[in-house]
Amino acid sequence: MTNATLEAQDVLSARTSGKEPGVPAYVARRTEAAARPGSRADREAAARPKMAVRDLNLYYKDFHALKGIDLEFPENQVTALIGPSGCGKSTLLKSLNRMNDLVEGCRIEGEVTLDGVDAYRAVDVNNLRRRVGMVFQQPNPFPMSVYDNIAFGPRTHGIKKRADLDEIVERSLRDAAIWDELKDRLKKNALGLSGGQQQRLCIARALAVRPEVLLLDESTSALDPISTAKIEELVGELKQKYTVIMVTHNMLQALRVSDKTAFFLMGEMVEAGTTDDIFTNPRDSRTADYVAGRFG
Amino acid sequence: MTSKPTVALEAAGFGPGRPGPQLPGPCEGVAGDDRLAALFAAAEARHAKTRRVVAALLRWLVYVGALLTTLVLLFLVGYILANGVPYLTPSLFAWEYTSDNVSLMPALVNTLLMAALALLMAVPVGVGSAIYLVEYAPRGNRFVQMVRITAETLQGIPSIIYGLFGMLFFVTTLKWNLSLMAGACTLAIMVLPVVMRTTEEALLAVPDAYREGGFGLGAGRLRTVFRCVMPSAVPGILGGVILALGRCVGEVAALMFTAGSIAQVPDFIGGLAEGGLAGLGAHFFDSARTLAVHMYVLASEGLHMNETYATAVVLLVMVVLLNLLATFAAKRMEKGNKHD
Repeated sequence: MTNATLEAQDVLSARTSGKEPGVPAYVARRTEAAARPGSRADREAAARPKMAVRDLNLYYKDFHALKGIDLEFPENQVTALIGPSGCGKSTLLKSLNRMNDLVEGCRIEGEVTLDGVDAYRAVDVNNLRRRVGMVFQQPNPFPMSVYDNIAFGPRTHGIKKRADLDEIVERSLRDAAIWDELKDRLKKNALGLSGGQQQRLCIARALAVRPEVLLLDESTSALDPISTAKIEELVGELKQKYTVIMVTHNMLQALRVSDKTAFFLMGEMVEAGTTDDIFTNPRDSRTADYVAGRFG
Repeated sequence: MTSKPTVALEAAGFGPGRPGPQLPGPCEGVAGDDRLAALFAAAEARHAKTRRVVAALLRWLVYVGALLTTLVLLFLVGYILANGVPYLTPSLFAWEYTSDNVSLMPALVNTLLMAALALLMAVPVGVGSAIYLVEYAPRGNRFVQMVRITAETLQGIPSIIYGLFGMLFFVTTLKWNLSLMAGACTLAIMVLPVVMRTTEEALLAVPDAYREGGFGLGAGRLRTVFRCVMPSAVPGILGGVILALGRCVGEVAALMFTAGSIAQVPDFIGGLAEGGLAGLGAHFFDSARTLAVHMYVLASEGLHMNETYATAVVLLVMVVLLNLLATFAAKRMEKGNKHD
């Protein structure tokens, strides 16, 4: 049985058993984890940061969308960015691979680093976007075959040999856990797939350029619960190889899949820490209110 | 990170441990609902009859409009066919035009040449400028707005004005004489805004998700535009090209002053044999009569009315065939965009 279904069962059993109302079993499990020996600072310092932003300020024309953000994204971990709509979490995500460059009137101050190197001044933007892949909210496969969708990225970066492309396509689809479903449909147009398949195809497409970081921008919000569960399970596996940063509106999703969580409110980062700490031991009362579902 | 509670946040009700915002209580009682229901019932009774009458009237107006349009078109096509088809003789398709046998063959070939030349010039420039305006120029830019307004204005200008310009500039100033080239250039200028505007619309209709997908994988703008955006826009662009083609084939006024009315195909082969490529090129500056011009000349001479109708039939069939061809091409290209 998958992790996702296990946790779904936890939610159900917690609801029906009646003991400890309002505290699902997996929250209790998180609480135990948070109570492990060692201070909170120890736990946060554990992993090497793959990406980091320092004193990041972002403006859309006159609107101050991100205010002095300092955040590190640990390597081979899943970092979740949570917060109510319009709080700047997607904006932050988009500044990590410079998709904000495409927005008119967007101005960025501060520093974004990838492996300690300035992503805005010392790295070619197309190379940065290869290394920091992105999956969007709505599945956006190109109107071409499944194969060509996956091969688009590698071809862009100069891989032309058929044998190489075949290998990349298979590996990417396998990594995105969709090879078995699509291996006989590689020549079919990608727009004919279901929404959940399209989104996993988009993940495979992002993986095909050998990224180091994967950005997920609410990538399950347009999908049904089963597709969502599949992608959540996939994210748990992807962190073995990649650093994952995800924006989500779904707090339970953050709780289920992420190692680190950062909470945003009106362009400010209120608090960041291990997911266990944010959900069970938050420092800031606003974080406590939000994760308890008191506003949002 | 320590908490920095902001005044704005406190004001918005996000203070420590405060309850969430209060929902408003139940609004007006049942009495209000009853009054509203009575209001609607009364209005319904008053308006029911008028509404029925107006609906029937409008429905008939729509039917009559559709019928009228179809009938006019059918009558037009039927009239031309009835008058023209009996005179579609093999001699009408003879290679040489003489004043006795008003063959349409040279004009037919010239039409194809003229349209091909004009589109060869207008389509790359038009599509290219549309790509610049949509994909490269900053969105909502003043310059873009200006170009768009200019293009729209140019689309509304009568073709005779283009003809006059072509005559003054290509024929007189550049000393190209009344020629295939001067005509094609004039047509190209005339259809350029058509190609540009339709391409622009087609590109604007492509969802930004495709662009994001391309950029997100590290593709540059050029590759994103040509690989991710253009495939979806091609059918729309082809639609514009068909429109432009139709205007080229049907144009008379602009060509009278620029391409002249010599009813023979420029002697390209003879030119090539005599003077090589230069000789061939020289014949692009020969006068050339297209089908539409041919029809106009025949009709105004009034000596060969039957042949004029026959020519109209050929022109009609040609336009339909070209349209079918373009539609077929669009379908073929679109096929890749749709799932099975």
